[in-house]
Amino acid sequence: MNPVGPVGVDIRHVALSFGTTQVLKDISVSVAPGEFFALLGPSGSGKSTLLRLIAGFNQHQRGEVLIGGRDVTGTPPWRRNVGMVFQNYALWPHMTVEQNVAFGLEERRLPRDEIRAKVKAALDLVGLADYGKRRPGQLSGGQQQRVAIARTLAIEPQVLLLDEPLSNLDAKLRVQTRQELVKLQRRLGITTLFVTHDQIEALTTCHRVAVMDEGVIQQVGTPMELFDFPVNRFVAQFVGSVNLFAGRFRRDGAALLFESPKLGNVPLPAGVEPPSGSFDLAFRPHAVSVAEGAPGPQDLALRGAVDNAEFLGEFLRYEIRVGEATVIADVPHARGRAPIETGTQVALAIPASELRFVAA
Amino acid sequence: MGRTHPGIAAIALAIAAFLVVFLVVPVVAVVYTAFSDGQGGFTLAHFSAFSGISLMRESFGNSLYVAGMTVGLGTLIAVPLAYLTVRFQFRGAILVQTLGVLPLVMPAFVGAAAMQLLFGRSGSVNLILKDAFGLTLPLMEGLNGVIFVETLHYFPFILLNLSAALANIDSSMEEAAQNLGASGWRLFRKVVFPLAMPGYVAGASLVFIKVFDDLGTPLVLNVTNMLAPQAYLRVTSIGLEDPIGYVICVILVAFSIGAMGGSWWFVKRRDYALVSRGGVQAPKRRLTAWQAALAYGWIAAMLLLVLSPHLGILLLSFSKVWSFTVLPEQFTLGHFATVFTESKQMIWNTFLYCGLAALVDVAIGTAIAYIVLRTRLPGRQLLDHLVTVALAMPGLVLGIGYLRTFKGIELPFGGGALTASWVIFVLAYAVRRLPYALRSCMAALTQVHPALEEAAENLGAGRWSTIRRVVVPLMMGGILAGFVTSFITAAAEISETILLTSRESLAPMSYGIYLYFQSVLGRGPGAALGVIAVGLVALGTYVSHRLVAANSPHQPGGGK
Repeated sequence: MNPVGPVGVDIRHVALSFGTTQVLKDISVSVAPGEFFALLGPSGSGKSTLLRLIAGFNQHQRGEVLIGGRDVTGTPPWRRNVGMVFQNYALWPHMTVEQNVAFGLEERRLPRDEIRAKVKAALDLVGLADYGKRRPGQLSGGQQQRVAIARTLAIEPQVLLLDEPLSNLDAKLRVQTRQELVKLQRRLGITTLFVTHDQIEALTTCHRVAVMDEGVIQQVGTPMELFDFPVNRFVAQFVGSVNLFAGRFRRDGAALLFESPKLGNVPLPAGVEPPSGSFDLAFRPHAVSVAEGAPGPQDLALRGAVDNAEFLGEFLRYEIRVGEATVIADVPHARGRAPIETGTQVALAIPASELRFVAA
Repeated sequence: MGRTHPGIAAIALAIAAFLVVFLVVPVVAVVYTAFSDGQGGFTLAHFSAFSGISLMRESFGNSLYVAGMTVGLGTLIAVPLAYLTVRFQFRGAILVQTLGVLPLVMPAFVGAAAMQLLFGRSGSVNLILKDAFGLTLPLMEGLNGVIFVETLHYFPFILLNLSAALANIDSSMEEAAQNLGASGWRLFRKVVFPLAMPGYVAGASLVFIKVFDDLGTPLVLNVTNMLAPQAYLRVTSIGLEDPIGYVICVILVAFSIGAMGGSWWFVKRRDYALVSRGGVQAPKRRLTAWQAALAYGWIAAMLLLVLSPHLGILLLSFSKVWSFTVLPEQFTLGHFATVFTESKQMIWNTFLYCGLAALVDVAIGTAIAYIVLRTRLPGRQLLDHLVTVALAMPGLVLGIGYLRTFKGIELPFGGGALTASWVIFVLAYAVRRLPYALRSCMAALTQVHPALEEAAENLGAGRWSTIRRVVVPLMMGGILAGFVTSFITAAAEISETILLTSRESLAPMSYGIYLYFQSVLGRGPGAALGVIAVGLVALGTYVSHRLVAANSPHQPGGGK
């Protein structure tokens, strides 16, 4: 799509405040050329602010933003050639679909024939070739979103910015659109930044994800890295569901103990090497096996009583009271298997390889 | 909310009857007369007679020209002001808001006399220009004067509507255009202005019909070759039987309905529902030093212009002698003394008529709001639509309709002829100003969550009890604001007033001002009365703003 090939985006030590509120605090991140990169975080984490900064709608007070190696600080939005798809699509209701898509090309003073050809190509790309004469109000939400994408791609931007593009679609359409977006991105090879608060969206679509909270990038990694090796409590909780217990480690001769105010004193299985100091013990619910018998020696062993069971189709989610803590265990469901009754004493086993120690 | 109480149905019927008798019948009578051959047959003869009179053709053209020019000039003033305040960071916003309200507190015809002294052939500005450059500007000559006065008076309608529309545009609409490469003037022309179009059209069409229908300003400026003055002159000099006056009325009504309907259709035709309010308002941009200088310059110039009728009327009210000089040469308080001795009755009349009319308005407004929003009475929307019709009716037309319809009807208890009594003023004002009170009441009731009423009913309060103890108290801010709006707009009314004033002892202040301005000697007292009226209207406007402001955010349970 782009004659010079995809370009990278480098954010270097960027800080931004609105008044006295610090929204971005010393952000540094590099997006490789052609990469599909997600900014994942809860609302107020600064992810949208960062995206708008790349588009030129926000101005950072410190640091620099490089697109294709060129510092764009001070370049107004209309000179950046960075395409943005807005959360609400921002289609202009006073223009037809074609006029919307042609807008950016007209601003670039392209000859009329070329504009017509490019509008057609862009609408073909999103499968809306027959909808050019309609007004945005006559399209469904999914179609409107595709028009917004076509309008942005028509200008052949160096970088594509997607601001929560799936959030206004219903659940079924969201999955389908997500897959189409991935295919489109892979086909065009355009460097893409994708803002979302939905971890599933980020994990399923992107090459790499930056998890943001409180104006700071908490961790950058591939989806699997984030899930398997979260660096802190926030990332562990935000990406997937997790059991998290605060406490400290104590060596008691050969045995290693985890002292937790809620969970109690729990011996850790052999081979586990925890860092020193105060850390949280973390493990995923699906790593917990629940048995009415005794645990194996290689596992972290816990005992407790079933507090609650929720049937979620593919698995049963148990809440098990261990000491003063509640452990979540997801047990795969097989046909005909009855849930364990509330109040039953059970033994829990978590394989040593599934235990993580994360910074609080 | 299921069944409708028979008492409510009876009230709805009574209101409908009131509107039919005092709004529909008079207007129909006017239209009927224009198309009637006198024997009950249909004819277009009056219309061809109308088009056969060259003065009428000229008046028609002039009215269109004046209304069109006013919209054009008003747009030139309003668009930069609206765009500046909504889209840029700068300290002049409060000034622009002042600019938007100042003209509205003074009836256009009151300002007209002062403008004559400031901008007329031997007015202050031209005296200065003549001294300095030996030239004069025909600012107040003939139609120019009407356009000038009306523009300064009515541009706020465009400003206010356009500002609201601009503020409602989701910031992403503009950002998307910037993202695709648009900026500056092209951004405004291709995206911002088209999106604000519904607001602009609403304001512009309102200005057009207000100017097209205006009687007071041309009369005070002694311009009679326009439609409204012609209708008035025909009816008053030739008589109520002269059909040409009615033909003009039909034209006025047709244009009013056409302009309002057109703007409604325009907004409806385009799908602006998509302009979602979900996002944020656009962050305000900074002005460069250059732009700031230009902006402040423009605002200062406009403020000076807009203030000129106010200053002029104030100077005039205190001036002993003011002619052929830039400023008055001697000052006096005598005009105020004159007004308070001669015109006490008129001031009292204004309070009586407008107070009673406003009371009627809020009573009917509250009832209609409740019926439309809270009951399922069949045809309830019709009440709302009927009231909206009143908005499109020129005062002149209604006035002529009243004179024709109620001619010879006697008031009960020996009150004399209806058309020669003070009651006619109350009725005429009440009907014309009802739309304002109704909007205010509707807005207030929309803010009251139905659960608050359901809670009262759940605790044992009957329907009337709920209305009295819960609904009306919660609506009170809106009702009061509606009362004030009705009152002050009625006090400033002149078209109906001129027609309905049968003798001086019945006249309200607005007529008094108009009467004083007819003679050179009366200009001083007229201005003094004008100052009092402006003070009254300004106070009322302030009170109503305060009421609305005090009531909206803290409304208990005032959710969505």
